[in-house]
Amino acid sequence: MTNGGGLLPIIALLPFLGALIPGIMIRAGRNACAAFTAVPTIVALAMLATMTPQVMAGEVLTAQITWLPQLGLSASFFLDGLGLMFAFMILGVGLLITLYARFYLSGEDPMGQFYTYLLLFQGAMLGIVISDNILLLLIFWELTSLSSFLLIGYWKHLPEGRQGARMALAVTGSGGLAMIAGMLILGNIAGSYNLTDILQQGDAIRASDWYLPALILILLGAFTKSAQFPFHFWLPHAMAAPTPVSAYLHSATMVKAGVFLMARMWPVLAGTDAWFYIVSITGLVTMVLGALIALFKDDLKALLAFSTVSHLGLLTMLLGFGTEKAAIAAVFHIINHLTFKAALFMTAGIVDHETHTRDIKRLGGLAKFMPITALIGTVAALSMAGIPLFNGFLSKELMLEEAAHTAWYDNHWVVPALATLGALLSVAYSLRFIFHVFAGPARDDYPAKPHDPPFGMYAAPALLCVLVVLIGVMPALATPVVKMAANAVTGTELSFYLKIWHGVTPALIMSIIAVVGGAILLGLHRPLERVWNAAPRPEAKAIFDALMAAAVGLSTRVTEGLHNGAISRYLAIFVAATVAMTWVAFSGGTLSPSTREFLPVAPVAAIGWVLLMAATVLVVFNHRNRFRALVLIGIIGLMISGGFVYLSAPDLALTQISVETVTIMLLLLALHFLPKTTPSESSAGLRLRDGAIAIAAGVGVAALSMAFLMRDFDTISEYHLANSYEGGGGTNVVNVILVDFRGYDTFGEIIVLGIAGLTIFALMEALLNGPASRRLRNTDYSQDRSRDRHPLMMVVATRAMLPIAVMVGVYIFLRGHNQPGGGFVAGLVISIALLMQYMASGFGWTQTRQRFEYHSMIGWGVLVAGITGAAAWLGGAPFLTSIYGYIKLPWIEKFGLGSAFMFDLGVFLTVLGAVMLMLYSLSRIARYAGETVNIEPMDYDPSLKPELKKPEEG
Amino acid sequence: MELLVASSVGVLTAGGVYLILRLRAFPVILGLALLSYAVNIFLFSTGRLLVNAPPVLNKYGDAVNTDPLPQALVLTAIVISFGMTAVLVMIALGAFLEADHDKIDMTDEPEAEAMGEERGA
Repeated sequence: MTNGGGLLPIIALLPFLGALIPGIMIRAGRNACAAFTAVPTIVALAMLATMTPQVMAGEVLTAQITWLPQLGLSASFFLDGLGLMFAFMILGVGLLITLYARFYLSGEDPMGQFYTYLLLFQGAMLGIVISDNILLLLIFWELTSLSSFLLIGYWKHLPEGRQGARMALAVTGSGGLAMIAGMLILGNIAGSYNLTDILQQGDAIRASDWYLPALILILLGAFTKSAQFPFHFWLPHAMAAPTPVSAYLHSATMVKAGVFLMARMWPVLAGTDAWFYIVSITGLVTMVLGALIALFKDDLKALLAFSTVSHLGLLTMLLGFGTEKAAIAAVFHIINHLTFKAALFMTAGIVDHETHTRDIKRLGGLAKFMPITALIGTVAALSMAGIPLFNGFLSKELMLEEAAHTAWYDNHWVVPALATLGALLSVAYSLRFIFHVFAGPARDDYPAKPHDPPFGMYAAPALLCVLVVLIGVMPALATPVVKMAANAVTGTELSFYLKIWHGVTPALIMSIIAVVGGAILLGLHRPLERVWNAAPRPEAKAIFDALMAAAVGLSTRVTEGLHNGAISRYLAIFVAATVAMTWVAFSGGTLSPSTREFLPVAPVAAIGWVLLMAATVLVVFNHRNRFRALVLIGIIGLMISGGFVYLSAPDLALTQISVETVTIMLLLLALHFLPKTTPSESSAGLRLRDGAIAIAAGVGVAALSMAFLMRDFDTISEYHLANSYEGGGGTNVVNVILVDFRGYDTFGEIIVLGIAGLTIFALMEALLNGPASRRLRNTDYSQDRSRDRHPLMMVVATRAMLPIAVMVGVYIFLRGHNQPGGGFVAGLVISIALLMQYMASGFGWTQTRQRFEYHSMIGWGVLVAGITGAAAWLGGAPFLTSIYGYIKLPWIEKFGLGSAFMFDLGVFLTVLGAVMLMLYSLSRIARYAGETVNIEPMDYDPSLKPELKKPEEG
Repeated sequence: MELLVASSVGVLTAGGVYLILRLRAFPVILGLALLSYAVNIFLFSTGRLLVNAPPVLNKYGDAVNTDPLPQALVLTAIVISFGMTAVLVMIALGAFLEADHDKIDMTDEPEAEAMGEERGA
């Protein structure tokens, strides 16, 4: 779905795709790398240019790629005047920065990385300004935080870089989180997550009860991003970044994202008292405070950083005023600030690059050595000061004019006075930038001999300065762009002309006061600085670090209180929380009356119940004696199997009893190597607590079970009963469900079982190759062994029973589809038959008679089941569709045969393979523990003559 | 009868929960086994109880059948829980052989460090 904006998703994607290139192209050299970085930017610019005429004509271009429209999730983009202006700024400055960085970065800096990060950031920023869907916008918003983290921390070896990056991420990231909440509220009020829809619903949103929370949360995001007081402190610390990054992120783009967002949301959020006071007060305070601090900073970049804070405050204040003229001034100042501030940052970078210092106290008189740089710096700084004929003057005039007409709580002089003070301070620090760096007598103690840089390095700032002067002299040039963007911000058609001379207005008088006052202030800089340095000031970084430490400390205490590495504690918390939540859920609902009668209790059932209860209680009280506990577990399993028989579940009974057998064998084998008793470690209090938790859980589960048992409710079971014979060709509904109705589940389950078997095998291999095998070899288990390990009676009996047991297994398997039985049970039965051989004659003897590997049996089982399922595709039916028919062979009665039979065979093989592999793995430990491999089937074989036996014993 | 089944589920759960809160691997495994029993019976009981009504159709189609679906689900659950128990046993055994104790809590930092050194050596 597009409306002339078909290129927008491509534009958004281009920088991200382009980000892959620099890392590769760096091998071709630094020039090639920089050139290829410029390509996606230039292509995006060209695409943007094709759309410009339509947007200038007032059209809004959109493009939408739907993903989950039910949730309001779609990748939708739109381009209006504001977005276009920002997109051009982002890409244009991006291009200049690419050029500048090529010369700025030294040979030791990994340039490929830098350009990759830069393009990532550019893509994220571009995404913000052309996103229509606010959820998409939020993603791009967070991406700018992340990519700016990488850029600020680009010089990983500098601790300031790492700390600055972390601080920026923490502040802007947490603001972003607040904004997510605000945007979700906004989307909820508007009923749509598309900006184009939200922007239409300003009245409804402002009238909503949720307006204030949404406003505050969104402003938190915008203020943190745009470094507004009291979140301004991260920006100066982010100056540890390379200067191209500062010029790009911290003058032109990222910090403007907050301003952009406020401008974007202006038609929806502005126009209320809350907006007016929160935004304009924050803006004005930031503007004055930033300018004041900037005046006393000696680091060139710190000066510029605080001046940026101040100008961002100015923009915020203008948007806060909420009038159309203020919006025009804001849009115009965004452009102007971009041009002079980026140029100033690049100038500062050049000075740093050539003199190896940014300390204003060590500079001065540079105009003689680097005249071109001095000219660029002076032009840009004069614009920042707001001197006529430079573009900064024009937008500052507009700002002062608006400030002169703005009243706070009916007070008419506070805003104009403070705005003039801000402008005055701005003049002072701008002039300081000129006079303390470039003017003055030449010095002979620069850290390096200064000279002008190569053309490539000053080309970018020079171009920006040309713009500064052009707009400053002929503001009409900028009028269409400002009009286009301001129309988009206000949502109305504005008519105005930008000009230099407005007559003698209050703004002009305020401006004159500012320039004169600023010049005087600079003259008094030295004494004032002494006062400033003597005055106590809160150190933002110390406060931030203390806050961070407190947050880390708190979360450490919470985490370690809950998760201290003791699994018994997690489990206790988990069970207690589950019981508590269930209780909350239960007490909040209603329970329907029971609809079923109690079944009568037969004496046999009562006996089974008593045994089960007694065994369970005994297990708990005897669990320290591990062997006894195992025997008791066996009783429980047996009683449960009996219960299944009694309660019409023959399949379950068969499965339970055979699983019980192998489980007990497995645990017995394991217990051979484990301590035979559990020491008493927990205190009485702990046991009491665990007991209370256990009883609460037990009572809860019993009540829940009772509630189920006494009520009738509709299930899908009737369908299975009705279709088992016609659809599945079997009368044992449980088996038909397993191999047919829910064959996919079963297929997954046998795979899980197979994986469990292989996991155990792998674990055992790893264990036996590690230090454990040494321990095993050195432990003496000989005292545990029976004197008659392979008794004659048992050997003979199991040999005789093997064919019978296998016969029973085959029988159970074959009848499974129509009578209780099937692959699962048959697999277990046969594995028990084989296990008996292991028990009777030992590991070595049995192993030599094994004809197939258990691993491959698992594989074959899964394969057979899978192929059976896939065979349905040949008939054009979905996976695991079963077919069956009847076959009549001579001598045998007519019988049914279906594809389910083959599937069940797969189940059988997997179960058999997995169970055998598990126990086989355990028995391998025994061999490591010094178990001798017996060749003979039994210890004393009466059929052998004693004299033949004697040499072996010796 | 329903009371017997529900109380069995409750007692098995309580026993299982108590045992998994112990500090050694073996009781925890036993506790999980008890919990598996409890869960299996609970799931089975959601099909409600019937005596002498196995879910096997007879020739005449007039048999009373209990709910087959929970039975099918529990059947695989029984086999899978065996697999799970086996994996746990193996992990517990491995841990015991490597560490020479079968404690399950890892709050004892110095010991863990000493172990790491021993392994590195």
